Amino acid sequence: MNRQLYEKLIFDYSRPGRRGFYFAEGDAPMPQLPENLLRQTPAELPEVDEPTVVRHYNNQSTNNFGVDTGFYPLGSCTMKYNPKVNDLLASDPGFAAIHPKQPAATMQGALQLYYELQQSLSEIGGMSEFTLNPYAGAHGELTGLMVIHAYHDHRGDSARTKVLVPDSAHGTNPASAAVCGYEVVEVKSLADGTVDVDDLRSKLDNTVAAMMMTNPNTVGMFEKHIPEIAEAVHAAGALLYYDGANLNPMLGVARPGDMGFDVMHINLHKTFSTPHGGGGPGAGPVGVRAGLEQFLPSPRVVKLADGSFSVDQHSATALGRISSNLGNYGVLIRAWAYILTMGCDGLAHVGPLATLNANYVMHRLKGLYLLPIPGPCKHEFVFDGLIDKSTGVTTLNVAKRLLDMGFHAPTIYFPLLFHESLMIEPTETESLDTLDTFCEAMRQIAREAAESPEVVKEAPHLTPAVRPDDTEAALHPIVTYKELCNK
Amino acid sequence: MSKTYFLKSHEYARVEGNIAYIGISKFAAEQLGNVVYVDMPEVDDKVEAGEEFGAIESVKAASDLFSPVSGVVVEVNEDLVDNPRLINEDPETNWIIKVEMSDPAQLDDLLSPEAYAEVCAAEKH
Repeated sequence: MNRQLYEKLIFDYSRPGRRGFYFAEGDAPMPQLPENLLRQTPAELPEVDEPTVVRHYNNQSTNNFGVDTGFYPLGSCTMKYNPKVNDLLASDPGFAAIHPKQPAATMQGALQLYYELQQSLSEIGGMSEFTLNPYAGAHGELTGLMVIHAYHDHRGDSARTKVLVPDSAHGTNPASAAVCGYEVVEVKSLADGTVDVDDLRSKLDNTVAAMMMTNPNTVGMFEKHIPEIAEAVHAAGALLYYDGANLNPMLGVARPGDMGFDVMHINLHKTFSTPHGGGGPGAGPVGVRAGLEQFLPSPRVVKLADGSFSVDQHSATALGRISSNLGNYGVLIRAWAYILTMGCDGLAHVGPLATLNANYVMHRLKGLYLLPIPGPCKHEFVFDGLIDKSTGVTTLNVAKRLLDMGFHAPTIYFPLLFHESLMIEPTETESLDTLDTFCEAMRQIAREAAESPEVVKEAPHLTPAVRPDDTEAALHPIVTYKELCNK
Repeated sequence: MSKTYFLKSHEYARVEGNIAYIGISKFAAEQLGNVVYVDMPEVDDKVEAGEEFGAIESVKAASDLFSPVSGVVVEVNEDLVDNPRLINEDPETNWIIKVEMSDPAQLDDLLSPEAYAEVCAAEKH
């Protein structure tokens, strides 16, 4: 990789008067624009020739790292491979060229897809109905909590002001609850990383609106006491929310609806193999058990008696709109294609294979990396850094060194239950050879840490950017070219 | 003469007379890594023992700050606004808020430096 090219911005190539195109003098009269709308100073755009523009952006694009360039074991993110046939279908003009506001009669196929995906997800999650409108996982959480709020409100129960969240939860859980206006109460974990049911019981009363859970939880452990938890939460009149961030290992094995969850969201960009990383777009469909369907947001796609499909723009009990139209539709097409191409049998293999891969990597590395919660794990697991702490090599160093070896780093310093968290999720889409190459790299880093720790502490050595000053970047972010010039 | 007390959640109160200087321990500063933001209350705000009074954000994580004592904030450390990294340089000198205590008897419920050292040792592993 060319470091010099990487460091240049398009503005660095700019020369006064240089341009890619020269337009002929037009013979049509120029429209007269009001004086006050005319720009007084020239726009500060880069002045560059076309080959330079093309080369600059092509060179920049080769510095990307994605699941199409290498193994991406980013824990809690389910960075599985996204089959290209899904993209092919999504780019079909029959889908890509429709407008969300065109008459329903002219887009029956697109509405049928929405309806069928909604039904497939309901079957997979053990729920009664899904809305596919939320744009992302956290948006799904907020939508789900708004459904819960609407449910309590509808019953005239306005005393519920709290949402319970385990201390191992993703940060989005407490954030979503707070944005929804709830007070967040933390529930403690036991030493094995699962919810402390006694602590939960002590916090349940008629002021609790819901309990949010991720299962398997963020340390990759299956929450064994779900039936007991569901019973206690329901006895207190609260609802149980399933954060679907870790749904992948459950595919083909178990359904949240059967465990007693009332509301759930699914990250299509994780479990259902739609692209993510680099900002999405994602999709966070929300499902509800029977009895809560009326609170789902508008618009909804409904199937009429004659078998045709229609868009219900407004219903009285719905919580309102949480999106302008029917969500990130292009993402929905990809998830629908994934489900159809996998089929029931294929989907049933996802969870067991994801679990097998994670346990394989864990067992190959646990002699060198500290495993704070002994397995078996589900789809992911957490190491608490290297076992040998005497070398001073930290989790951050290990992650940076992996970049030299052509891998994306695992999730680091999350969950907060351990000081040196290193969270690995291989997913089901990787071959045994890929997993072995990764394990060898991790073992080599452990050897280097013992024999020549400086190599690891000063890593990465081979990437175009080496060690950005993340503190300085957080304190004084430079977000425009002008700020960089004025520095 | 000052005496220092700790909370399990890693805040300290350095007490001089009726005034408590509240900050985070050296152990906590090391665990957090470089601090990038400190969310502080305003002067004259009330704080309650064991209750949240602000938050601290590092490159690794964000954590709530809990007050070891009850009282009224008489000063906040304005230097931390522009330079939150002072906490990493010396968390004990660079306190976060200065509180006039309303109930000094609460100090009896806090940890001594020795008892706090044991909490840190247990957390290390």
